[in-house]
Amino acid sequence: MTSIAKPRIVHRGLSRNRLGLTVRDYEGGMSTLCAGCGHDSVTAAIIQALFELAVPPHRVAKMSGIGCSSKTPAYFLNASHSFNAVHGRMPCIATGAAAANRELYLLGVSGDGDSLSIGLGQFAHAVRRNLDMLYIIENNGVYGLTKGQFSASADIGTAAKRGEVNEQPPIDPVQLTMALGGTFVARSFSGDKDQLVPLIKAGMRHEGFAVIDVLSPCVTFNDHEASTKSYAYTREHSHEVMHTDFVPPMPGITVSYDKGEVVPITMHDGSRLLLRKVSDDYDPHSRGAAIEYIRTQQRKGEIVTGLLFVDESRPDMHGINSTTGMPLNELPFRSLCPGKRRLAALQRRYR
Amino acid sequence: MPNSAKSRINDFVIKLANVNGTGSASANTLLMKAIFRMGIPVTGKNFFPSNIQGLPTWYEIRVSRQGYLARSGSVDIMVAMNQETYAQDLAEVSPGGTMIYDSTWPRESVISRPDIAIIGIPLARMCNERFSSARVRILMKNMAYVGALAALIDLDLKVVEKLVREMFASKQALIESNMDAIALGYEYASKHFRCPLPTRLKRLDKTAGHIMIDGNTAAALGCVYAGATVGAWYPITPSTSLMDAFRAFCEEYRKDPNTGERNFCVVQAEDELAAIGIVLGATWNGARAFTPTSGPGISLMSEFLGFAYFAELPAVVFDVQRVGPSTGMPTRTQQGDILAAAYASHGDTRHVVLFPGDPRECFELSVNAFDLADRLQTPVLVLSDLDIGMNDWMCPELEWDPAYRPDWGKVLKPRTVARLPGRFNRYVDPDGDGIAARTLPGGHPKGSYFVRGSGHNRFGEYTEDSNEYLEVVNRLRRKWATAAKFVPEPVIRRSRKAAGWGIVSIGSCDPAVNEAIDRLAAKGIHLNYCRVRAFPFTRKVERFLDRHDYVFVVEQNRDAQLKSLLTLETSYPPDRMHSILSYGGLPMDYRCIVEAIEETYQGVVAA
Repeated sequence: MTSIAKPRIVHRGLSRNRLGLTVRDYEGGMSTLCAGCGHDSVTAAIIQALFELAVPPHRVAKMSGIGCSSKTPAYFLNASHSFNAVHGRMPCIATGAAAANRELYLLGVSGDGDSLSIGLGQFAHAVRRNLDMLYIIENNGVYGLTKGQFSASADIGTAAKRGEVNEQPPIDPVQLTMALGGTFVARSFSGDKDQLVPLIKAGMRHEGFAVIDVLSPCVTFNDHEASTKSYAYTREHSHEVMHTDFVPPMPGITVSYDKGEVVPITMHDGSRLLLRKVSDDYDPHSRGAAIEYIRTQQRKGEIVTGLLFVDESRPDMHGINSTTGMPLNELPFRSLCPGKRRLAALQRRYR
Repeated sequence: MPNSAKSRINDFVIKLANVNGTGSASANTLLMKAIFRMGIPVTGKNFFPSNIQGLPTWYEIRVSRQGYLARSGSVDIMVAMNQETYAQDLAEVSPGGTMIYDSTWPRESVISRPDIAIIGIPLARMCNERFSSARVRILMKNMAYVGALAALIDLDLKVVEKLVREMFASKQALIESNMDAIALGYEYASKHFRCPLPTRLKRLDKTAGHIMIDGNTAAALGCVYAGATVGAWYPITPSTSLMDAFRAFCEEYRKDPNTGERNFCVVQAEDELAAIGIVLGATWNGARAFTPTSGPGISLMSEFLGFAYFAELPAVVFDVQRVGPSTGMPTRTQQGDILAAAYASHGDTRHVVLFPGDPRECFELSVNAFDLADRLQTPVLVLSDLDIGMNDWMCPELEWDPAYRPDWGKVLKPRTVARLPGRFNRYVDPDGDGIAARTLPGGHPKGSYFVRGSGHNRFGEYTEDSNEYLEVVNRLRRKWATAAKFVPEPVIRRSRKAAGWGIVSIGSCDPAVNEAIDRLAAKGIHLNYCRVRAFPFTRKVERFLDRHDYVFVVEQNRDAQLKSLLTLETSYPPDRMHSILSYGGLPMDYRCIVEAIEETYQGVVAA
């Protein structure tokens, strides 16, 4: 979590968003990750997406666990509150934060070690709760901070920098989330900002648990020829089945698109997603078909990217609980304490 | 204890040996509550298996006109309803006592002891003749023995009937069948035996202003009254009923009757690691949040407890202790988590721990715990145990001060943050008490900071610099000293006569210690008593120790954990502390204390 303060120079010509903020207002400290790290590109995409969404930075709570990816919240949104939890335990912090303040925008950044090994249980249960948050996994197949051990997302046959070959099957966060009933599942590549930015915006606006698995190569320990998580391999083998355009709520403005090629989705806040089918035989509303397609492509060695599944109809944790609309941390004490008379009355049942 | 027939009035123990899953619990509760409503002090202890159906279970009711609530260690009337345990139950009856059993299957050869009375009542036969369904027959056998006991110990049938009507208020048919079963037992006993026995009840007026409640229910009420809105837990015996009760009270008092909207959120977590994390996520955002658990849960929560200590987040954790180590005996009681709670997690960590001594204190100290956690920005562990948590204790009615308002501690409002002249320092103490002001997420951009378990400086920024690290951890030490000023004081009981010896004890040992002190005083041995209610120890605890030449430390674990904590955290010489330990898993009885102190006393007198 080391970070170096960035010099703050704002050019006059820099564009401003609806709140009058520039992209610089969404930045954080200088990254201390290795030069060329995929995670820094994800950070840049987050900054761009939140700037474009015009989210007030202090209304965002950014959270992470432990690992290289979990360091990145220090590099964006300086004005946001931040929680750097213990290893693999960010989802429960997010659950408690959501429980106490349903009006916060929750943004979690985790890695393949943090989410798929030590934190697999927590991750799975956050999906089940349909916690209202965006959960980004910066997936590089290795443990960076401890110098290059395989993670649970490493593919069979992929080799470590020192030559050791992985023989254990990978855990794919996308297929896992689909199987667990996830309501927003996407995969992207840190090198594809055009794809990633709209996905982050859509994930932030999704009312429920939004997962984006971002393949984010580790330049130091997993970017060699025998790796299946390198820049070269990912570029060559990933293909987009569904391109997402994000259209914020704009009353009175209609968006035109060609029916048949575009799947429109209206989100709870009125924003719209326009999913442009790149592949004809893909249906992002069918969980079963989506899983089948991803698996078929996987057997061919292809990595499917884009917004792979979305369901806006399922209630989130508060919907399931019928929690009152006002954030629980703002409820006045008098509405919480039943008072002296009720205490006297209720004790009759203990006599 | 004097043994004349007369003295057995309102002073005896009934033990009921049952098979679990047969519905005996409601019959036993009925019996105990009826005694309570006759104005006679009573207490009930449930010894149940970690099982749903078929294993032996016992319920022990002590009737005491003097109001002693500890176990006495004797059994005057045994109701033996479990053939599997006949031999054990028979052996346990005190000389001069009575054993009642189901004589549908006569067992004269097995159940015989010359020094006790044996009463056979054909409960199963009577119920089989009277009721048709198999399940009802089993359930009604329990009510039939309540009826028989009513005749034998002179239990007021009107009181029993009123209770039955309350218990089954919504199911009229059940009232009739239950009363029928009670009548079966009552009539049979009245007809075949001389009723009442010399061991019997007589109306008193010593329970007015009291209730019978278990500590988990009372603690849950405390959470509701303190304004907790977020509860997270993973089910574990014996703490589960705390969250069940919290949820039930919230459904009653915290749900909009028109919309069904809840102003609380209870999350059943995937494990205890998540449960404590959910609590921290909520308190980070300024809500009052808690988690109930037991020993194994504390082990799992340790990492986050250390995090909360270092990152300075409030949390209230109820540890309803059970027998350890490891899985131990989940349905038996112990005070084995004292050290684990005090120092949970790696590195230099220490936690505020509160020790309620009965359900009433579970209510009061849980409200205290939330205030302390918020004021000190640190976890507070409330160490109850299975005996307090799950057994019904007679205690004075709970009271509430309408003027109470939560102590939120140093939380800066967004407008205050906006007006700060310089940068917001999350971890700087402005006024010398070791506590730094915090801000809440979503408030104001200037108040944002990083909550982290890694080394941090006064701004909450990551650091590997020794001086920056030392500034934070040394302030935490000052905060600890502040904690000792705010935690609940011990309860001190002074002997009427001068006493050079003292007893220091904790939690559910209280009734046994109090009774032991009375009985020792009657033998000319006088002791003062200090019941510790919090860690860190306050000055008052230290002064109590210093004023006594010799102190007995009474607690319910093998390794003398309270004594260890006193040794580590006070200057009192350990060789002047003598441990009295009870750790077999059953609630403490007063005899072990009397015997140990008497033995020491004789030794000193002889020397």
